[in-house]
Amino acid sequence: YNHAQIKEKVQRTQISKVLIANRGEIACRVMRTAKKLGVRTVAVYSDADRHAMHVEMADEAYHIGPAPSTQSYLNASKILEVAKKSNSQAIHPGYGFLSENVEFCEKCASEDIIFIGPPPSAIRDMGIKSTSKAIMSAAGVPIVRGYHGEDQNIERLKAEAQRIGFPLMIKAVRGGGGKGMRIAMTESDFLPQLESAKRESLKSFGDDNMLLEQYITDPRHVEVQVFADMHGNAVHLFERDCSVQRRHQKIIEEAPAPGLSEETRRALGEAAVRAAKAVGYVGAGTVEFILHRVTHEFHFMEMNTRLQVEHPITEMITGTDLVEWQLRVAAGEPLPVTQEDIVRNGHAVECRIYAEEPAAGFLPRAGTLHRLTQPIAEEFVRVETGVREGQEVSVHYDPMIAKLVVWGRDRTEALAKTKAKLTEYQVAGLETNVNFLLRLSGASAFVAGDVHTAFIPQHEAELFPKSDTVLNENRAIQAALGHLLVSQAQLATNDSWKGISVPSTAFRPNYQLQKTVPLRFDEKDFTVTVQYTDVPNTYRVQVGDGEWRSVEAYLSSNEKGLRLNALIDDKISNIGLLTYEQQVHVYDETGQTVFVLPHPKFQAVSGLDPAAAANSASSPTPGVLERILVNKGDKVVKGQPLFVVIAMKMEYVVRSPRDGVVEAVAPFKQGDAVGKGTQVVMLEDQS
Amino acid sequence: LVRGIRRLSAQCRHHSHATVIGTEPNRSDPYFQENKAKMDELIDELQQKTGDAIRGGPEDAVKRHTARGKLLVRDRINRLVDEGSDVLELSALAAADMYKGQVPSAGIVTAIGKVHGRDCMIVANDATVKGGTYFPITVKKHLRAQSIAQECRLPCIYLVDSGGAHLPDQADVFPDREHFGRIFYNQANMSAEGIPQISVVMGSCTAGGAYIPSMSDESIIIKNQGTIFLAGPPLVKAATGESVSAEDLGGADLHCRQSGVTDHYALDDEHALHLARNVVANLNWNNDQRARIYSSKIEEPVHDIQDLHGIVGANIQRPFDIREVIARIVDGSRFHEFKQLYGDTLVCGFATLYGHPVGVIGNNGVLMSESALKGSHFIQLCAARKIPLVFLQNITGFMVGKDAEAGGIAKNGAKMVTAVSCFKGPKITVIVGGSFGAGNYGMCGRAYSPSFLFMWPNARISVMGGPQAATVLSLVAKEKAQREGKPWTDEDEKKVRGPLEAQFEKEGLPYYSTARLWDDGIVAPKDTRKIIGLSLSAALNAPFRESKFGIFRM
Repeated sequence: YNHAQIKEKVQRTQISKVLIANRGEIACRVMRTAKKLGVRTVAVYSDADRHAMHVEMADEAYHIGPAPSTQSYLNASKILEVAKKSNSQAIHPGYGFLSENVEFCEKCASEDIIFIGPPPSAIRDMGIKSTSKAIMSAAGVPIVRGYHGEDQNIERLKAEAQRIGFPLMIKAVRGGGGKGMRIAMTESDFLPQLESAKRESLKSFGDDNMLLEQYITDPRHVEVQVFADMHGNAVHLFERDCSVQRRHQKIIEEAPAPGLSEETRRALGEAAVRAAKAVGYVGAGTVEFILHRVTHEFHFMEMNTRLQVEHPITEMITGTDLVEWQLRVAAGEPLPVTQEDIVRNGHAVECRIYAEEPAAGFLPRAGTLHRLTQPIAEEFVRVETGVREGQEVSVHYDPMIAKLVVWGRDRTEALAKTKAKLTEYQVAGLETNVNFLLRLSGASAFVAGDVHTAFIPQHEAELFPKSDTVLNENRAIQAALGHLLVSQAQLATNDSWKGISVPSTAFRPNYQLQKTVPLRFDEKDFTVTVQYTDVPNTYRVQVGDGEWRSVEAYLSSNEKGLRLNALIDDKISNIGLLTYEQQVHVYDETGQTVFVLPHPKFQAVSGLDPAAAANSASSPTPGVLERILVNKGDKVVKGQPLFVVIAMKMEYVVRSPRDGVVEAVAPFKQGDAVGKGTQVVMLEDQS
Repeated sequence: LVRGIRRLSAQCRHHSHATVIGTEPNRSDPYFQENKAKMDELIDELQQKTGDAIRGGPEDAVKRHTARGKLLVRDRINRLVDEGSDVLELSALAAADMYKGQVPSAGIVTAIGKVHGRDCMIVANDATVKGGTYFPITVKKHLRAQSIAQECRLPCIYLVDSGGAHLPDQADVFPDREHFGRIFYNQANMSAEGIPQISVVMGSCTAGGAYIPSMSDESIIIKNQGTIFLAGPPLVKAATGESVSAEDLGGADLHCRQSGVTDHYALDDEHALHLARNVVANLNWNNDQRARIYSSKIEEPVHDIQDLHGIVGANIQRPFDIREVIARIVDGSRFHEFKQLYGDTLVCGFATLYGHPVGVIGNNGVLMSESALKGSHFIQLCAARKIPLVFLQNITGFMVGKDAEAGGIAKNGAKMVTAVSCFKGPKITVIVGGSFGAGNYGMCGRAYSPSFLFMWPNARISVMGGPQAATVLSLVAKEKAQREGKPWTDEDEKKVRGPLEAQFEKEGLPYYSTARLWDDGIVAPKDTRKIIGLSLSAALNAPFRESKFGIFRM
């Protein structure tokens, strides 16, 4: 577009400094564009984020409160205070937190600070489902057929049901959490299901008013990126498919949506633009639709009045920088392009890398990312992240580690690259969904584009294969050799101080070293025995009591980390390797396989404290017995106070050396003198 | 690019411009193949014997040992040293043909290994061999390990699991200067020199043995397994009538909680070895005080070391060019030869071994006056330049005969013996062929205190060759017979020669030598580069000592 033209037409507000009221990858993402445009950046942070990436990246950063987001990133007045103190002209809310908060948006306006987003009225209108549907309906945007009337006469409801068609959803007006909600698959189902819903609703909410809605079985979730300026212009940037979800949250998104006709695509885009215009929208927004899997009939669901997590895939296929647009539009500039200028090119996929345990119902995980190696960003690969190796994934915030965004000339290429890049993720310290994403992006139905919201439960067998818990011997060999070779590699240059460096080869004169590597996989213990040979890089290896095999292996390293090149049974594989404390990770086409080197018995069983195995607790000093806190037969846990001795004006609390049962208490009473080492409490023998 | 050039030039500087020596052998030559076949046989025998020795004591003893949750002695060492590191085990075939073959490795494993990157001398009893008791050769092996540790300044780790002296042999174990008591004398003196002494009590330490942990700087004991007492329960019962269990008399709890004889309490072998590693990590054994020497990428020899089998063979009467051996040991086969055209039966020159400069002295025939002079000169050069020496010994002796004597071979040989004796830097000897007579002396035989001495399996060692000795003795006998006017028949000659030749043949074998600790082990030609490298690396833990030479008779 033409800068000169815009300058003439528009009265602009200069944004030279922007506060980003967010954290993590999105804060970093916004700052990158801001810096590109010469806009100074202000970060805010909670106690938990003192050393976070977004804080380090910003030109200025201000502390806004303790870790819980209600006291920090949701603290509107504190953030506004920082905005004023730092002379920021605008606030970018990112997504989540205050991004769709009407009051905050209004406060910004009253404080004369630009809120980078839509006007409060648009947020409010879109925030109330019934209002938004009414507005959409009026604007000619297809909405789900339904009945929200006051008239609750059974006959009326029945008639409305027939009008809407089946399957049909019956929902309590006051309902929530699935209570008072029923689905009638056919007309004959209707009355019994209505009765049942009413009963439940009355019991739960004291009210049995119902609403009826068309029910679409396993629909697709397709959303359209729209953008509008203050001058009445609005465009769409095509759609994204975010159908595959877990726990009602997206994990993989793609643009464009697979399998749509150009006609449907155009209809979606136009409906979305109408929707934006209907609410006087300004800035970046997303209009979400549910799309019938077969008919591709679509209905308005809701509008998200913010920049979405998955916006990069739209940027990838349209060659745009939506944050740049946000900043320009917020400054009063018109949209830089018209609808005709926006051309779709290729296919983009985004994977959300989460700290979570897919096999345990995708439960989120928090902790330290002791090791984090990510794919290297290239022209067609974006890695959006807000954390670094050694940092925390905090319980206080979203457990997303990064977004991997990959572009390809078509969907096949994009998926192939996505899988390749996913295998470059190496994470230790936290479980992630990378393996799951690999299986998901390779699942045949997904590859075929047959996506919908019930995809994960429907393909459970393929996505959670049993083979996951079967020991793969080759990987076990790779892990064992990897462990030995990494240890050896760390020795190689130890002697340089002497001016001599004899490379370590586990040499033994006239015989070969044989090492047994104990490993644990999926809670099962086994061993890999490795025998060194005379031939460099060649080993004889045995898994458990299995066959001896000859294996060639050597280590190398590149910017992606350690690699192990291993020839096992006529196949050479070049895999990623990571050793972290007691873990050995093998990375291949299926992603990460974690082997654990079990702690030696002396640590696992009794710990390093010899007292842990003791059967009694004795006085640590000569003194006077102050109190005995347990009786014979009491169950005690390690560290529980057993008795108290007073000596030299000091109080010594003697604690149980281990878990156990009190076998006897010595016949002392309060005030008795005890010597050093006098046994006061005896525990039942465990061995 | 600039970095590339700098790297290239650095390499050039480092590797000097020394000539690459050695030749590629004709591997299809029958002579080569015969040699190779013979040497291969010797290597098979060596590996076989070593394999037998490292199995330790009788099967039932091994079973009993492991059934108690104890690790076998070499597994203990493997746990103690850094994962994947090299272990230079010494004299694995000690006592091989002695004591009815019942004391493999003399019941004790001595090895140099790295713990947290520090070279340590590990001395570990094998309790499966006669309860880890000390036979005369066991004592000798223990003392030899200590003497290496003392000379090289290696921290000592004693993995003690021994019943003490083997009582039937007490006369050869207990009283003399180089007997059992010397172990503690060495501990005390090494400790005084700041060489750490660490004990891990993994079994019995009875009577004299009790002093090993007690004389240590730091010691570890395993609960329900290690015991230390001056007299065991039976002796106590006999002496005082007191009945006491071994654990109560000298177990871990007693010594860690009451007596203070031991410092660290371990729950099992693995725990104890883990603690021993921690002890070493805390030695503040700072090797970095000396300047770091720039060391670029090490060049392997150009020629295949395996070819030594075909070049050398098993018959020590077959000569070979020692340069072919040097070419397969030193970095890049690069050898800067000294006085190549003078005294050519002795090859001297400079090279690097794993990046460290060395002076190499090898035999290419009998030592002449010129060779001896050249050798003496070269040794002095290395002393002055602080360059360690490597002797590749294949020597029948100094030249004999009228011309040689007239040329002063005695005084010239003496010069070389003086030079070798007084050279105080690291010197490493490998007997690659014959080691006879005064040649053994001039080429740094055992008596000349090489830091390490190894033999190839084809080597022979004796005061002179068997046939020569037989000739000398039969001549003496013949003269005596003639003096006494008795007849001297071929039969008589055979009677004298036969047993003597047989005796020399037997006693000249490397296995005879290594069983008696005349060397530090038999090594395969292919491992020689590595072995010398590890030995030199160990020796370099001590500062390069100044040499002061005696009078060279001119």
